[in-house]
Amino acid sequence: MAPALFHLFALLTVASAVGVVATKNAVTAAMSFLLCLVGVAGLFVQLDAYLLAFLLLLVYAGAVVALFLFIIMLLDTQGQKNWGFKKFPIFVSLIALGLLLTGLGTFVTRGQLDAPNPNAAGGVGAALKPYAYQLFTTYLLPVQVMGFLLLIAMLGVIVLSKKIDGVEDVK
Amino acid sequence: MITATLNEYVILSVVLFAIGFFGVLLRKNTLVLFMSLELMLIASTLALVAFSRFNHTLDGNVFVFFIFTVAAAEVAVGLAIIVALFRKRHTIRVDELDALKN
Repeated sequence: MAPALFHLFALLTVASAVGVVATKNAVTAAMSFLLCLVGVAGLFVQLDAYLLAFLLLLVYAGAVVALFLFIIMLLDTQGQKNWGFKKFPIFVSLIALGLLLTGLGTFVTRGQLDAPNPNAAGGVGAALKPYAYQLFTTYLLPVQVMGFLLLIAMLGVIVLSKKIDGVEDVK
Repeated sequence: MITATLNEYVILSVVLFAIGFFGVLLRKNTLVLFMSLELMLIASTLALVAFSRFNHTLDGNVFVFFIFTVAAAEVAVGLAIIVALFRKRHTIRVDELDALKN
């Protein structure tokens, strides 16, 4: 049952990710992105990272996608013509595709990644207590830095969304 | 109980990252471009969580925790920049935003 679940969520994730990139409508892209996040959250649950799955849905699906939809609605650029893809950058795409195929080929030909048996012990990330312990001991300084980062981001957004008089357009 | 192998998770993560990368490379709409950027970020978190789970550590999971925070801040600032850009130039198409080209 479990491998079927993995393949189901993997398929959902990849298909909706392709939907984000391939669709011409920005609202459809945002909805596909939402579906992709649900798929990744399902994979997180299978990896015993329940807190992260919950946070992913809360922060991304709840806040980020809603913000995206709000901005799409605000800018309202649906009526414009020729809104699809750039002229295909063949050279760059070939390099990227080559790197991707090399990486995947290495995985397939060189065998399994070295990892101990995941079922020997339960997932450490399943419980909530280890997170709290880590965040308030080992990662105390990064938590403080994140607080400052969020504060600075908030100030930046306030400054950016104010109208500045006397600034000329470049063109 | 985990039945999928680490290889499968990493390959899935690579595929997701590649899709996001091609989205950034090919799309004209700045908003969709930004969504593809987020897709790449999500792909990296998936790899981190998988590695962390298969090695019985918590470090990757805590790191993903921080990545979520940074991504939230990044989205807020990025969308504010896009709105400011639209107010000034009345377009968010990347092929029309070429003021620095010449």
